[in-house]
Amino acid sequence: MTSEQTNAAAYWKANVRLITWSLAIWALVSYGFAMILRPMVAGISVGGSDLGFWFAQQGSILFFIGLIFHYAWRLNKLDKEYGVEE
Amino acid sequence: MSQFVINMLFVGASFALYIGIAIWARAGSTKEFYVAGGGVHPVTNGMATAADWMSAASFISMAGLIAAGGYANSTFLMGWTGGYVLLAMLLAPYLRKFGKFTVPDFIGDRFYSRGARLTAVICLVIISVTYVIGQMAGAGVAFSRFLEVSNSTGIWIAAAVVFAYAVFGGMKGITYTQVAQYVVLIVAYTIPAIFISLQLTGNPIPPLGLFGDHVESGVPLLQKLDEVVRDLGFAAYTADVDNKLNMVLFTMSLMIGTAGLPHVIIRFFTVPKVADARWSAGWTLIFIALLYLTAPAVASMARLNLVTTIYPEGASAPALSYEERPEWVKNWEQTGLIKWEDKNGDGRIQMYNDAAPAFTATAQERGWNGNELTVNNDILVLANPEIANLPAWVVGLIAAGAIAAALSTAAGLLLAISSAISHDLIKTLINPKISEKNEMMAARLSMAAAILLATYLGLNPPGFAAQVVALAFGIAAATLFPVLMMGIFSKRMNDKGAICGMVAGLVITLLYIFTYLGWFFIPETNMLPNTPDQWFMGISPASFGTVGALINFAVAYGVSMVTAAPPQEIQDLVESVRTPKGAGAALSH
Repeated sequence: MTSEQTNAAAYWKANVRLITWSLAIWALVSYGFAMILRPMVAGISVGGSDLGFWFAQQGSILFFIGLIFHYAWRLNKLDKEYGVEE
Repeated sequence: MSQFVINMLFVGASFALYIGIAIWARAGSTKEFYVAGGGVHPVTNGMATAADWMSAASFISMAGLIAAGGYANSTFLMGWTGGYVLLAMLLAPYLRKFGKFTVPDFIGDRFYSRGARLTAVICLVIISVTYVIGQMAGAGVAFSRFLEVSNSTGIWIAAAVVFAYAVFGGMKGITYTQVAQYVVLIVAYTIPAIFISLQLTGNPIPPLGLFGDHVESGVPLLQKLDEVVRDLGFAAYTADVDNKLNMVLFTMSLMIGTAGLPHVIIRFFTVPKVADARWSAGWTLIFIALLYLTAPAVASMARLNLVTTIYPEGASAPALSYEERPEWVKNWEQTGLIKWEDKNGDGRIQMYNDAAPAFTATAQERGWNGNELTVNNDILVLANPEIANLPAWVVGLIAAGAIAAALSTAAGLLLAISSAISHDLIKTLINPKISEKNEMMAARLSMAAAILLATYLGLNPPGFAAQVVALAFGIAAATLFPVLMMGIFSKRMNDKGAICGMVAGLVITLLYIFTYLGWFFIPETNMLPNTPDQWFMGISPASFGTVGALINFAVAYGVSMVTAAPPQEIQDLVESVRTPKGAGAALSH
């Protein structure tokens, strides 16, 4: 492999790692806290209901926004680090 | 000034604005027609994508669904937003780097196959046509209630306006009208919500009001709501759901369906750079969240308002007498979306859960003889300003907002359909030698044909209109999403794997849906009753898209492993879409 190819492969690996972490949090806030884990966090009350309900109707969406902006910011930095930006 | 004149002014002014934009933003080349010239700012694109995505279902129906289902219907909130995370990380930037005009373009080139391109065109047309029916119907409802014209006149007016800016302006005209439509719809949605939140909780920010205290009783709003609905035999608003498997699969179907919707994906082809596609997905979700964070507040507050209107003294005291019903009930009775039937002959409106066995004794004690009021979920948002006694201009604003939500989505869908037909079918598969000028004409003609088809389907909605929305998401989830993702993330994926995967996902999802909803939705032809105890492992037909997607992934992987690897130039193509370097503007080719 040429050095350019190894560089591209390393960039892709870093990208996939970032995506994996991001999607783990994506799943935790929606499928986790808002659904499957809701009974486990039911003890934590949030304004007339519980933490799971808050995640289901507000929190998950706020986390989704944060995840996308974090991803865009990190990956734009990676683009420059690996010299593959436009 | 009468309410009718005010509504006319608001809707008329918004239409004049859209047509003005249409005249200003005429498309001069196929590149402008398909991808708005590829120079749309990421924030502008985010706003346009938000309007493109938020349909009549988001604006009119979603809060009503949440009001009726409580926690259980939070699935719509998460499902219709979580897909943007997938889009931002798994699809949009790479498809932007690929740099062509349509979704079948990528599938056809990446899988070096005319069959794959054609399969993608068929899936795209089925998804988009089914989706557009709901938009025309939604515009029709708004017209008939607010502008006192017949439903069909309303649909013709809507079609004429879309025709003006979509046929002449293409993606360029659509983009800038969608920005205007976003502003109209978000203002229309938010203003009544702020007033209602202030009235009920004293907090002007609806998402905070939702978790705040109810002013009148001093207890938290959600706790109050749980109490009043339980007093009428309904499940508590915040009650947990038993079938978590189905809830998870349904949410996942909405998420991956959203990420696989062609009319949403092509919006990301309009930004100048790959990095812009990433930012733009984030901006899109912010603009969507302004409505989606407000919707659950509107839902719970409107439900509480409705119950306290019917039972001013509480559930155990006599209910509201029909003669004293408020003006908005009278208005909406005329549309047939609110119905009252005096089952126990006491002249009062009893609204309760007559299907709950545990509540039968209490109901009999109170002399109730069945639920007497049926309220269509769809009117909740539209009637909101009237329920909260807001000034007449707010009602006019809601009318313009609902129509904007329906038209912006319809235009996006129509562009996806027409570009698939003129670009993929005519230019690539039938006549590659077609000139730029003729391709443009073909694009405009197929847009006009698509509008006529949508108008026809809006005027004569098939009886299965409600079910087909589940079909659109199911198909997008089970066909396009997995194939697009594998095309980027697996270099080994080949033509045979992709085609077998798409066909397997499509066929199995359709079979499952038809088993419960009837063959091609023809009533009485379903092989099993559509009830939860008959569903396979409790999975509803609307949730099955996730299973279809998993089958697509598995079949595609298996088939590609036992057949030849894709040629070197295709593997190089995959390498190239993975890095932003050297993208440039969307290519004409």
